[in-house]
Amino acid sequence: MDVYLDPALSSRRTAAGPASELAAFPAREQGFVLHWGAVIARDNAELAYQFTAFAPRGLRLMDPDAMESWLLYAMDLYDKKGQVPAIRAFQDVEGFAANRQERLAGIVLEDISGVLERFVCGLNGRALRIAVGERCHTDTETIFLPGVVGRLPEKEANFRLYKAMTVHQWAQGWYGTWRGNVLLDAVAREELSASAVDLFHALETVRLDACIERDFPGLHRDMQALRLALDTQLQAYAPDWQDIVRPLRDPAARVRDSLALWADLSGHRAPPCCYRGELLPEAVRARMQIRAALDRDSFRIALARLVEEQDKQAPGEDRPDAETLPETAARLGTRAKEDPDSPEGLTYELFLDGKPVAPPEDVVSTMESIIQDLGEIPPEYLVAAGPGLYRRGLGSEGKDADSAWAGTYHEEGAFAYDEWDFSRQHHRKGWCILREHEVKPAGLTFYHATLRKHGGLIKSLRRTFEVLRGEDRILKRQPYGEDVDIDALVEAYADARVGLEMGERLFTRRQQDDRNIAVMLMVDMSGSTKGWINQAEREALILLSAALETLGDRFAVYGFSGWTRKRCEVFPVKRFGEPYDDLAKGRICGIEPRDYTRMGAPIRHLTGLLRAQDARIKLLITLSDGKPDDYDPAYRGEYGIEDTRQALFEARLDGVHPFCITIDETGPEYLPHMYGAANYVLVADVARLPAKVSEIYRRLTS
Amino acid sequence: MQQHELRVLKPEEYFIEVEPYYEPVADEVTVFEAAYANGLPILLKGPTGCGKTRFMEYMAWRLKRPLITVSCHDDLTSSDLVGRFLVKGGETIWVDGPLARAVRAGGICYLDEVVEARKDTTVVIHPLADDRRVLPIEKLGELLEAPTEFCLAMSYNPGYQSVLKDLKQSTRQRFVALEFSYPAAALEQTIVERESGIDPALARQLVKFAHMTRNLKGQGLDEGASTRLLVHAAKLIHSGVAPVVACRSAIAQALTDDADMLSAVNELSASLF
Repeated sequence: MDVYLDPALSSRRTAAGPASELAAFPAREQGFVLHWGAVIARDNAELAYQFTAFAPRGLRLMDPDAMESWLLYAMDLYDKKGQVPAIRAFQDVEGFAANRQERLAGIVLEDISGVLERFVCGLNGRALRIAVGERCHTDTETIFLPGVVGRLPEKEANFRLYKAMTVHQWAQGWYGTWRGNVLLDAVAREELSASAVDLFHALETVRLDACIERDFPGLHRDMQALRLALDTQLQAYAPDWQDIVRPLRDPAARVRDSLALWADLSGHRAPPCCYRGELLPEAVRARMQIRAALDRDSFRIALARLVEEQDKQAPGEDRPDAETLPETAARLGTRAKEDPDSPEGLTYELFLDGKPVAPPEDVVSTMESIIQDLGEIPPEYLVAAGPGLYRRGLGSEGKDADSAWAGTYHEEGAFAYDEWDFSRQHHRKGWCILREHEVKPAGLTFYHATLRKHGGLIKSLRRTFEVLRGEDRILKRQPYGEDVDIDALVEAYADARVGLEMGERLFTRRQQDDRNIAVMLMVDMSGSTKGWINQAEREALILLSAALETLGDRFAVYGFSGWTRKRCEVFPVKRFGEPYDDLAKGRICGIEPRDYTRMGAPIRHLTGLLRAQDARIKLLITLSDGKPDDYDPAYRGEYGIEDTRQALFEARLDGVHPFCITIDETGPEYLPHMYGAANYVLVADVARLPAKVSEIYRRLTS
Repeated sequence: MQQHELRVLKPEEYFIEVEPYYEPVADEVTVFEAAYANGLPILLKGPTGCGKTRFMEYMAWRLKRPLITVSCHDDLTSSDLVGRFLVKGGETIWVDGPLARAVRAGGICYLDEVVEARKDTTVVIHPLADDRRVLPIEKLGELLEAPTEFCLAMSYNPGYQSVLKDLKQSTRQRFVALEFSYPAAALEQTIVERESGIDPALARQLVKFAHMTRNLKGQGLDEGASTRLLVHAAKLIHSGVAPVVACRSAIAQALTDDADMLSAVNELSASLF
């Protein structure tokens, strides 16, 4: 014990205490503790000490199986959240033993949040995130749920409880608990006091459950079964409750009906409900205020784009500071259309100059978001944005980014690239200064760790990629080969019949062609990749490189980062023509997060390098974690997106196929615009990036 | 029991005699007929299972022409399309490929999933697809002129993410393109009802389920459930399979292998039935 605890011991802390306590247990238990203590010490000596110190207490409370799950639970915490929570878990051995039953049958949100998120996304409406929260509620963009649910004896039932909680929170958004500010206004006027929110929530739950019953009978059954199992006092609760709330089951009932009924019911207590959670109006108000302003502005900017398309000229150019253009209001209109699948039974068509216009997809989702929040497109929204709002949408021009760098940087040995200014519809000539910087190779520890971690995967990748290596081509009229060339034979036969000499080239032979693909991997090294995104990127690169080596495709790896237009940087990790040797592997390990993502210049630079390659197919694959962004606020938002789009467009003209692999879940909003609808893939789960990237590459080139 | 006699037909004799069930989505029938009347070739774009092939059968029936379908694959050579010499009884004889047969018979030649074919193969259709309307048969040293009844059509799914499987500009710019997507909810419901015979309420739930899976496109699913998958599920339900089981076997498992995604999709179907 002294051996493995050595680094954690000091003059005041010795192994004597735990050792003497442990001595009281049989040899089997002692062996168990010593074995695991040594295992943990390989990761962290302090944790090993904590484990050893609390193990005797644990042994008194639990059997060895439970002990093992206790220590694995704590180590899991260490891996994910660090030392302190893990120590706390070791110290709380009594708590663990007490809740063990719950833990065995319970479900951890982390394990199922992926399923729940997809489930909610499928249900409809705004895509909601799932997160752990102390109180079960929603702010209309995130659903907060408890970290563990173990109220029921079976895992599957606990999952259903999670699902019911999620659905209830989702239903608030979809069936309009928050729509049109009815509820928030009542709270603001203090008609609905904080203490009475519970009763109102119970009424609203009746209304929402009725909606769910109509649209999702299966879900409703599950939720009722849960209430029967868990809300045991429900039967004893006010017998006239069902009659009181009957009007809320009507399909036409809205949140204001719940509110009106609530006003008549003062004095009632809220009946229990296992999946209801809480209503937190203030959390919703904060979120909705931000969203309402954003939605309104982006909707108006979209309207300005539509007007511009119609008029073939940008509106309001004479008034550079106008935020809206009131004269456009008369030309714009909406018409409600019945749509049984939308929450209020209506969708809206957009009219410009009396003619219906089909808004682009991103505008449609903005409109849906507005309708989900407000129930309609308010008439005052129907006005095109002026140049003032346009500019603000792009981030105000603060201090001039040029002056900071003027004269301080020499531009020798650097490349100058044009940048696309979409508001001018022009290139800014030689606007960006780009340099190539060396990546300092790191040791190969990370490389070997990755090979160990993904050993099995690499093997199967090698196998799949070997199959791809070289497409088969059948060579005809060969002097030897594995099959007879019927055409040649027929000809020779005919020739022979006529009395000519019979040819000898009568066989077909399969030959493998060069794949003749050159691929450039462009890796995001911006500051936002710091931590495990960066780690996942490096792992992905190591796996993909192994696959590409097998495949024999020419490849290069470049990192990119940037800080204003004067400091765009690319980092050659492996150039074309360089071998994939220890130096290149070391550089992959040495990739680290830097500054921002000014993407245009690096794309133009790397396209130039790809163009110099003599290959039939040239691929530029970007690994990224977000949209283009820079310290320079002028680049943020639409400017950056449009510049990147333009750079990619230029790349396509040069015969380069751009493709993007992103982990940014909002990617689908802008990537189709930048890369084209079928030229990107979203890998929502960072941990799966390494495994996915090679798979995507295989699909892309076969 | 008398055994049902199966018909054996030559490709150019394959006339569609019973009207195939097809619900027009927009003006595709008019456009197709206009293109046909003007001898223009037609390109059908759209995701899998949205009705492209059914549309072709319907048009073949409408125009009373034989339909010759070629499912393209990456080993398809130009002789597979045009024809080749075979040896028969000591003589060499020429055998037309499906494309040449269609031209001679004045039929409709439908190249399904044309991007799957090798690029050098797609090139042989070029002279047929522009105003020349001839099929050169190199090995015979002949030019086969297409009659006015002949029509060339092909289908293509633009959602594939392979750079190797893109349609060349020189090919695609010869065609009149018709875009297909999944029909609107009410129409899709009618289609599911008609094709399977299930009752409207169930069909409506199935369509709703399809929309849920289409919400997930790009969030981990490559494609949402197609109309064809819905019809499959509906047929299973009609034969007495429980809806949740039918959705799982006919739709969820067909869409993805990812475990998380599968359980999310299964939960979605379970919430509807």
